[in-house]
Formats: sequence, C-alpha cells, structure tokens
Amino acid sequence: MSAPAGSSHPAASARIPPKFGGAAVSGAAAPAGPGAGPAPHQQNGPAQNQMQVPSGYGLHHQNYIAPSGHYSQGPGKMTSLPLDTQCGDYYSALYTVPTQNVTPNTVNQQPGAQQLYSRGPPAPHIVGSTLGSFQGAASSASHLHTSASQPYSSFVNHYNSPAMYSASSSVASQGFPSTCGHYAMSTVSNAAYPSVSYPSLPAGDTYGQMFTSQNAPTVRPVKDNSFSGQNTAISHPSPLPPLPSQQHHQQQSLSGYSTLTWSSPGLPSTQDNLIRNHTGSLAVANNNPTITVADSLSCPVMQNVQPPKSSPVVSTVLSGSSGSSSTRTPPTANHPVEPVTSVTQPSELLQQKDMLSSSASSPAPDPAPEPDPASAPAPASAPAPVVPQPSKMAKPFGYGYPTLQPGYQNATAPLISGVQPSNPVYSGFQQYPQQYPGVNQLSSSIGGLSLQSSPQPESLRPVNLTQERNILPMTPVWAPVPNLNADLKKLNCSPDSFRCTLTNIPQTQALLNKAKLPLGLLLHPFRDLTQLPVITSNTIVRCRSCRTYINPFVSFIDQRRWKCNLCYRVNDVPEEFMYNPLTRSYGEPHKRPEVQNSTVEFIASSDYMLRPPQPAVYLFVLDVSHNAVEAGYLTILCQSLLENLDKLPGDSRTRIGFMTFDSTIHFYNLQEGLSQPQMLIVSDIDDVFLPTPDSLLVNLYESKELIKDLLNALPNMFTNTRETHSALGPALQAAFKLMSPTGGRVSVFQTQLPSLGAGLLQSREDPNQRSSTKVVQHLGPATDFYKKLALDCSGQQTAVDLFLLSSQYSDLASLACMSKYSAGCIYYYPSFHYTHNPSQAEKLQKDLKRYLTRKIGFEAVMRIRCTKGLSMHTFHGNFFVRSTDLLSLANINPDAGFAVQLSIEESLTDTSLVCFQTALLYTSSKGERRIRVHTLCLPVVSSLADVYAGVDVQAAICLLANMAVDRSVSSSLSDARDALVNAVVDSLSAYGSTVSNLQHSALMAPSSLKLFPLYVLALLKQKAFRTGTSTRLDDRVYAMCQIKSQPLVHLMKMIHPNLYRIDRLTDEGAVHVNDRIVPQPPLQKLSAEKLTREGAFLMDCGSVFYIWVGKGCDNNFIEDVLGYTNFASIPQKMTHLPELDTLSSERARSFITWLRDSRPLSPILHIVKDESPAKAEFFQHLIEDRTEAAFSYYEFLLHVQQQICK
Amino acid sequence: MAFTFAAFCYMLALLLTAALIFFAIWHIIAFDELKTDYKNPIDQCNTLNPLVLPEYLIHAFFCVMFLCAAEWLTLGLNMPLLAYHIWRYMSRPVMSGPGLYDPTTIMNADILAYCQKEGWCKLAFYLLAFFYYLYG
Repeated sequence: MSAPAGSSHPAASARIPPKFGGAAVSGAAAPAGPGAGPAPHQQNGPAQNQMQVPSGYGLHHQNYIAPSGHYSQGPGKMTSLPLDTQCGDYYSALYTVPTQNVTPNTVNQQPGAQQLYSRGPPAPHIVGSTLGSFQGAASSASHLHTSASQPYSSFVNHYNSPAMYSASSSVASQGFPSTCGHYAMSTVSNAAYPSVSYPSLPAGDTYGQMFTSQNAPTVRPVKDNSFSGQNTAISHPSPLPPLPSQQHHQQQSLSGYSTLTWSSPGLPSTQDNLIRNHTGSLAVANNNPTITVADSLSCPVMQNVQPPKSSPVVSTVLSGSSGSSSTRTPPTANHPVEPVTSVTQPSELLQQKDMLSSSASSPAPDPAPEPDPASAPAPASAPAPVVPQPSKMAKPFGYGYPTLQPGYQNATAPLISGVQPSNPVYSGFQQYPQQYPGVNQLSSSIGGLSLQSSPQPESLRPVNLTQERNILPMTPVWAPVPNLNADLKKLNCSPDSFRCTLTNIPQTQALLNKAKLPLGLLLHPFRDLTQLPVITSNTIVRCRSCRTYINPFVSFIDQRRWKCNLCYRVNDVPEEFMYNPLTRSYGEPHKRPEVQNSTVEFIASSDYMLRPPQPAVYLFVLDVSHNAVEAGYLTILCQSLLENLDKLPGDSRTRIGFMTFDSTIHFYNLQEGLSQPQMLIVSDIDDVFLPTPDSLLVNLYESKELIKDLLNALPNMFTNTRETHSALGPALQAAFKLMSPTGGRVSVFQTQLPSLGAGLLQSREDPNQRSSTKVVQHLGPATDFYKKLALDCSGQQTAVDLFLLSSQYSDLASLACMSKYSAGCIYYYPSFHYTHNPSQAEKLQKDLKRYLTRKIGFEAVMRIRCTKGLSMHTFHGNFFVRSTDLLSLANINPDAGFAVQLSIEESLTDTSLVCFQTALLYTSSKGERRIRVHTLCLPVVSSLADVYAGVDVQAAICLLANMAVDRSVSSSLSDARDALVNAVVDSLSAYGSTVSNLQHSALMAPSSLKLFPLYVLALLKQKAFRTGTSTRLDDRVYAMCQIKSQPLVHLMKMIHPNLYRIDRLTDEGAVHVNDRIVPQPPLQKLSAEKLTREGAFLMDCGSVFYIWVGKGCDNNFIEDVLGYTNFASIPQKMTHLPELDTLSSERARSFITWLRDSRPLSPILHIVKDESPAKAEFFQHLIEDRTEAAFSYYEFLLHVQQQICK
Repeated sequence: MAFTFAAFCYMLALLLTAALIFFAIWHIIAFDELKTDYKNPIDQCNTLNPLVLPEYLIHAFFCVMFLCAAEWLTLGLNMPLLAYHIWRYMSRPVMSGPGLYDPTTIMNADILAYCQKEGWCKLAFYLLAFFYYLYG
C-alpha cells in the first residue's frame, strides 16, 4: 500500500498503516495501471498466485472444493501446493509465503502473468531495501513511500513487459534461493521480504478459497466474512470487476476473509496486504481482519463505488484515512487500492486499529479479536507496507527461512506467523477459526479470554432458583473459560472444537462423585475452520511412550528435551525441531508453530498410511420403488448432483457410481466410451453379485457426460413402476462389494420399510402407543443385519449415509445402525413429498447441497488421549470403537460431533493441569494424509466449590443427553428420564449440602449451574425423551440419533430453542455481517407469558424456525415483513418471508439469514398464526410452560426441591 | 465307595470343570487383550462368541447329570450359576448369531469391566467346584 501511495501520493502513503502495507503494493500497481490496465492486472494475478502457492505450504486439503486447476503448481512440492491454496488455511496461507518463494520455479509453470506478479513484488522490496528506506515501523511513511514509489514505477514497467518479468523473477530468486525448493532463504533481506509480504496475501487467498470452497456448502461465504471483515467483502463486490481497483478490493477482501473468490488473483492489493501483515509480526489473523476492514472501507470511499456505510464505526475511523487517500490518489487512480495505501501513518494507524478493534469487538465477533495484536504489532510493522522495508522487517521478525528441509519450510512459515510469542494476535486467532458459531459466539469466546474472564468468582454466586424469575440471560450462553493463567488461556483450544463439562477437573474420582456431575468431553474435531496452521515436517514430533503430539502445553526442560504433558516422559527434541523458522534462530523449539497452536494440522508421511491414500469414491444407492417415485425425491437429488458435480470434493481420481433398487437391483455401467449409460439388472437378491465390477464405479471426469446423461434420465426412468417392494438389504450388500476395494462414501436414499431379502424389517410401531407415558418400545434395532453390514463397511473404510424420506414408519432404529457404526450420518425427512410438502423438499435440496460439497475425510481414525490418571469411559457419536481410545471413522465430515465420558482412575494430586488431545488422522479428498490435532488444557482443583465454579452447563447437558440416549436404548425411556431428573437432584443437593451454607429451605444453585434444571427440563420435553405427547417412533429415534451425532452448538438449539421477538427489531447492538446489519434481539424465555398478542416471535429450534404472529400484531409488521395487509389474510402455510423493500423486512430477513448461516443444515421456516392448528408445534417448544404431560419450569423446580428434601 | 452313577457324574464334572476353567481363563485373557489394545474388538468377539454357548451347555449338561444322580447339594450349588447363564443369554443384545458379545458395545468401559469381572468370578467358582468335585 504504502509503496503505491508513495509513488502517486506520498502523503497517503505516509498515512498508511503498516497493516495496509499490502495496499501499498496495490498502489504501486495502480500507477502502472494508468499506463496499461492489463498490466496491473497481471501483476495482481501473479501476486495471487504467490499467495496460493504459499498457502500450499504443502497442505492442500482443506478446501477440497477449490479447483486445484487455478493454481498450476510447481514441480515436486509445488504440486502439493495447489491443493494448499485450496486449503485456505489461514495460517498456511500466511505462512506459505516462503513456499511461494520456493515456487519461483513453479511459477514458470504458472501463467506468465502470475509469475510476473509474484516476482514483481519481491523486486520492489528489494529496491526498497536498497534505498534503505526502511525505518522502524515508526519511521516516517513518506520516506518509505518515496523510495517505494520509485521502485514501483519501475516495477510497473517491468510487469508490463515480459522481460521485466524475468527480471523480477530473478530478483525473487535471489530473495529466495527457493529454486531448490528448499526454501532456504539465503539473503536475509530476501528471505525476510518474501515471508513478510506473502503471508498476508496467502491469507487472503486462503480465506477466499476457504470460504468459497469449504464454507460454501454450509456456511455462506457471507458468514465467513462476517467474522472477519465482513464489511470488506460486501463493499468490494460493488464495482466492476475489471478495474485493478476492484481486483484490489477482492484481494483485500480475501485477505480479510471476504468471500470473494479468487477471481482476482494476484491483485496488487493482496501484495500490499501481505506486506503489511508481514511487516507486523502480528500480521497473523488478527491483523488481517482489521486490515481488511480498513482496506475495504477505504477502498470504497476512494472509488466511491460502495457506500461506506457497511460498517459505520469502521467507516468513521477510516474516513480520515480515506479522505486523505482520496486526495492523494492519483487522478488515474484506477486503483481503489491506493486508498488502502492511504492508510494512516503509524500513529494514525494505531488509532485506527484501536478504533477498528473496538468497533469490531463491540458490535460483532468478527474482527474484534485481532485488534489488540494488530495494533501492537502494527506500529512496528507500520512502515512495512513500503516495499523497501523487507529486509529490515525480516530481521526483526525473523521471517526468513533458513534452509530448512522443504517440508519444514512450509510448516515453519505458518508457524512463524502463529509463533510470535505472547501474541495477542495468537489468541484472537485461535478463536477466530470458528466459523460455525454465530458471530456472537466468536465474540463471546474472544471476550471470554480477555474481558469476560470474570465469571470465575461470579460462577459460584448462589442463585435461588425458585425466586429467580428470569433465569435465562438475554444473550447467548458462552462457554466458560478455564481458569488458567493468561498464557495458557491464549493457547487453549477453541471451545467450539473441544469442550469439557467441567472446566476445573476434580482431583480424585471421590471428589467427582461428590459433585455428582458428569465428566466428559464434547468434540467437534473436523469443524470447518477459517484458520488452521498446517505443518509439513519430516518428523512429526511425538512422545515416545504415549505417542502424544507435541503441543503448547508440554514443558521444555532445556533446549534439547521436552516433557510430555500426558505421560510425563522426557523426550528428546529432534534436530529438525530445534530450528525455529520464525526467528530463523536455532534452539528455540518452544516457538515452533506446533507449540504455539493448540489446533494444528500435520501433513502425514507414509508412516501414517496402511495403504496408499484412497481416492474420493461416492456411491449413490437409490430407492426407485413406487413409493419413492411417488415422493419424487429423485428429481431433487439428480438436480442437486448435476449442479454440484464439479464441486464434489476430490481430485482427478474421484470416482462415482450409481445403483438403484426396488425388488431387484439395478447397476449402471458408466464406463467411458459407451454412448449412453447401460443399466444392468440383477434380480437374484439372495445372492447378490456385481455384473461388471470394473465399470460401475467410474472416474468422475472421464465419464462425466455419461453421468450427466444418467442423472438427467433417472427421474423419468421409473415413473410408471408398479414395484412396491424394497430390497434394501441386498442393495447394501452389493454396495459393500462394490466399495470394498477402495472405501469411500455410500449415500443411501430409502423411502420405506425394507421388505425383501436380507435385512427385511417389520413394522414395530403401535400408533396407539405414541403418546404412552409408560413404555416406549423398539428404540433398539430389530435385527443386527445393518449393524454387521456397517461393521463390514467400516472395516473396508466405507461409510454409509442414510437419507430416509418416508411418510410412514420405516424403523429408523434398525436402519440407523448402518450409519451409526460406519461413521456415516443420518438425514430424516418425515412426510417427504416434492409437491405436497415443499418445505421438506426445499430442505432436502439445501441439505444435499451442503452434503455434496462439504469437506470430507476418508479412512479416518481419531484417537483421544488424556493425562495419565484419566481414562475414557464411553464414547458417543457415529463411529466404531476399535480400542479403548481409538475411534474408527470410515468417513469424517465437518458436521459430526462426538462426546466422551471420562473417569478419574488415579488421583491427580501431583499435577495442576490436565490435558486432552484428539488426533484425527484422515485422508483428504485430495489424497493427502493429514492429522488434525486439538489439545485442551484444564486446571485441576481439589475443592468442591471450585468444581462447581467450573461447570460448563451446556456441555454437561449435551453429555447427559448422550448418556440418556444410551440408557433409553439399553434400559428404558423412563429410566433415562429418571436419570436426568436425578442428575439435577443429585448435583443440586450435593451443592446445597456441601458448598452453600445458606438456608436449606431454598433451592440453591451456583451461578454456573443455574440453567441446569431448565435445560434438563428442556431435555425431558425434547422429542427424544418426552412422554405423554404423541411422538412417532421414527421421530423419536431420529432425535436420539441427532443427539448422538450433533456437535454441541447445534445440539443446544435442539434442546433449548432460542426465542426472539422480531416485530420491533432495532439496530441497537446490531452486528455487521458483510454488507448487512444484523439486529441482535435479546433472548426471551420459552414461555407463553412472553408471547404478547401484539408481537411476532421467532423461535430458532436448530432445524426449524417458527415465526409466531400474534393476533394483535401490528399491521405495519404484517405488511412490511410478511407482505399481507392484515392478520386475517396471512395464509395458513407460509414458509418464506417475501423480499420486501422495507427496513423492517430487511432487518428480519438479515437476522434470519444470519441465524441460518450458522448451521450446516438449512432450517425450514414456518410462519405460524396464532390460532392456526400449526401453533401446537410451536407451543410444544415453550418448555417453561406446563403441558398436559409435563411440568412447567416452576413445578419442576418444586419437584426437584421436594426430591432433595426427601 | 463303589463306582456308582453319582461317582461317574463327579468324575465327568471334574473333567468338564477343568474345561470350563480354561474357558474362563480364555475369556479373561481375551478381555484383557481388548483392554490393552492388542486386538480388534470385531475379531475378538468373533472368537469369543462361539465359545459362549458351549460353556453354558457344558455347565447345564452336568447340572442335569447331577439332577439325575439326585445329588441335590451339588445341584443346589450349581443352580445359581445356571440361572445366571440363562438370564445372561436371555438379555443379550440383538444378534443373529450365537454369542453374547457385541463388538460395538464391548469397548464400553463398563461392559468391558463387567465382562472381566464376570470372567474372574467364574474362574473362582469353577476352581472351587473343581476341588469340590475332586474330593466330593
């Protein structure tokens, strides 16, 4: 940024904050731009390429979706790189920079423009260095700018001409000896430079990619943006793409996590960003977000393209800069970029940062976390934006990579960014990654670290439950923050991936027994992450006795030895680990990324493979009996597949196949070379065989035309079928045979009870018993056929996903076994019909989109380790337990959650901390073996009060729900219900008798547990456990399956829905997500007393939204939001909010969209009028109210109190 | 004591109990292997399940022999175990084949501990019974 600014607008450059350094680059490009529009583009393009390369790091898989094609990769390592870009790991992106350097060779392969670009940037830097312009970050920007500008102009020229390109490349090479690919940075300056500059860019790229690819399915890109600099993203889109400026924007946006896609790779701006980031060691995630915001803002202003409004707060801050920038901007300024460059001077920058941070933090979770780190580093780095600085920068930050082994380099790079010790950035970083949790969550977690850490004292405050009327807080409940020292807190794993029911671990089992609380972990290990350090290293450092991966909580005894935090064995530090790429110093193993991040991903070597990594293989097994054709799901499925065929995660080896079945089994020969798909019918269902084993699973790319033909033909092929039988069992056996050589994913679509062949089932449900209060039978499987099949599949690395679209009883309890034990997932669409039930059809469509495009890991195993003395007791989720701590997961998907019960086998008196580590080893869809490691550290306490102070009530409830499901199946539902009630009674009475010394007549609970009775009551009224209310058996079983396999965030919404009043949404406390303003109405308690006839309420139940419209609801709301003139004219069935051009409609829709984006499965919206028959559905979720069969909340409290007193 | 039917029963029971002791030891070892990660639960269950019914049948067989020999005391001593076996088999998980152990639940710490304890108790019982038959 500064550089360009310098050329065109010195003043502007001066102002540019370090963070905006990237902008400077863009600015440089811009000047060039005037001469030749295309040239700048190219430059930009190259930059992006570089970015990508860096991201490559060697890691690729994360964004499976991302087309590898974009980035041609270099040889050898480079090849891996393309993938990396896709990975989009934040870290990797940042760090990749070094790799980029390496890439130069590869660069050649890449499009010329890109190459030029990438090299170009280095060259400028060099120039700068020569000038010696680099001063401390504080150094006057003008200095930098001027110097920078000159070089830049030259650069521009260079860029334009290929010759220049070569030159630049040479420069680059100098910078990076990389040609060897060993990334060793011979020249200090060079090394420094590359690392610095690139990091930011890669980040941007990665982000963009990440979003597009990974997130895309579940989360909208927008959402992603929302976290970081959503604003940025929004602003960008506005202008026309072709302009360099736009490119700039895009890049910036990328860096800022914006959703924008690659489209504008290699933008100069990106470079700028990179530079900035690099300059500031902080550059890490935090910086980026902030930066991005600023950039975006500034950019819009400059160009006028976008309204600055996106983020008011930000805009104000920026405005100063933008104004300055505008003045400075050259007339030609095609470059919005320049504004970026314009970023304020160091001091200004700081202020801005602060502003930004504050604004960000307060309104939304998005960028907030970063601010601190950013600001801190920024000053130092500030000058950095200027190109010349690189050398200097490099030294301070130690970015340059010494000659490490190739693998290492990659790893190191990411690490470096992350590494910075103490970085505030870091902390922000970790928290960032969580895409899923709403923005709020992020902010909360973030806040938790710094601001909200107070709960400790607060969490023990006794609460008189029977007298506290408003027990539910107005804002979402955050995970408690473990009471660790500040350093460890920063390093700890994000609560979105890893939570423990007790954040203070009791010292002994006796103490745990006294507390009467469940001890366990809730995991969401394969969550979509926006930032993830990916490490490529020749040796993955692990404890020699317990095989724990090195993590931030190990202790280094001296330079050469580390002590395992799980088994306490002292291990040697390998030679390779001694080198710290961040500081380029030797002997600082504790600053390596593995030791600075509690969530990391390793690229595994062949030691971690039992066989070569499998390709992505997808098999679809479709029910085409009369019932299925009648329901019409085939049309939707085929349509979704056609749309997403190119987005299926996988590489060039991806294979796909189709089978259909009714009373016979139909295979489809899709072998390349056939003129049309060939259908092969096997009617011998007692002894299924594969007619042509070789041509049923075909390469997706080689046979794409045939596949498309088939998908187009399938919906109409069976329209006249009269076959009502379903031979699901034999079809599954055939699928197993087909898949067993490779493994992969089988997606089964079933619409009725299997009625033929092996695995046939009988109807077991007695409709008259649906509302029985006594016994609910048949929660377990009727046959072990599906379980055995699942185990066979699991053994062959095949997962079976079940889509049950059925209008009648289909014995989900038995069918679900095929997915439960093969690590599949289960989707259930009761009463599915494509025309009669359009909301289900729409849900299927959206779910399929997510399902088909989300990330996937194959042949995975997950091992959970914990500190000696603790042991794993029971696991919950979909998997097969292969040994005491090893879960076999044929497939892993980002929406799978797990729970683990723990017990304390030995006293933990000799330790003050315990750690848990999950290591998920999987094959990415790109055929890369990866290990994702999460490590959580918790303190050990010896007093009961401390145990109560650290209860994570949401985690405890989710674990209890899992345990209750097990109990329901193994014993009975009423047992499970009793156990749930007893959990409340026992824990509160234990608290009352030991910790609280207050009067015993009242029902007291520590503040940390105050929601416990409410949540348990919610569980008792949940579909899975309720009695007395008519519940179909399949619905109940499905609810149980979800409890077992949903991650905590989603499960909590299922258990305790959120209720908001939406007829008077205001912007107070609103959050900015992308270009939208998302209102944040307070939570209401789930009671009819809160429902006023004059209001409209939104209930978020996880997979369903209800909007309840009161009879006396303001006509303005009905008209503005619902699009009807008055209450009477609202139809009974309404599932969409019309897009009306009114403020309240916009608010309501943006709020709903925001809620929707936070979950993988798209919820259906039902608009329920007061007095419509559908309102029973809505009212059953008002769990604080009394129903015919269940207590109200107050009654439940009295009941608990009674039990305690007994 | 003459060689009566009862004596024959005791001799037979002695031999069969020796066999049962081996069964019990086999179970204990198998569960221990599971606990220490040496074996895959599917394989282990596949080897253990076929052994369950024979064990129960052998035990039931010499109970019947004692019944025929009118050895009421001995029969009385064995009845609890017989009843336990019947109960245990009645409450086994849903399985198509013979056997008791389900590879998907066997790794649950509670069940594993239960099975191990069961193995030790049976071993003790069979040992005592062995000496009882020997000297009885």
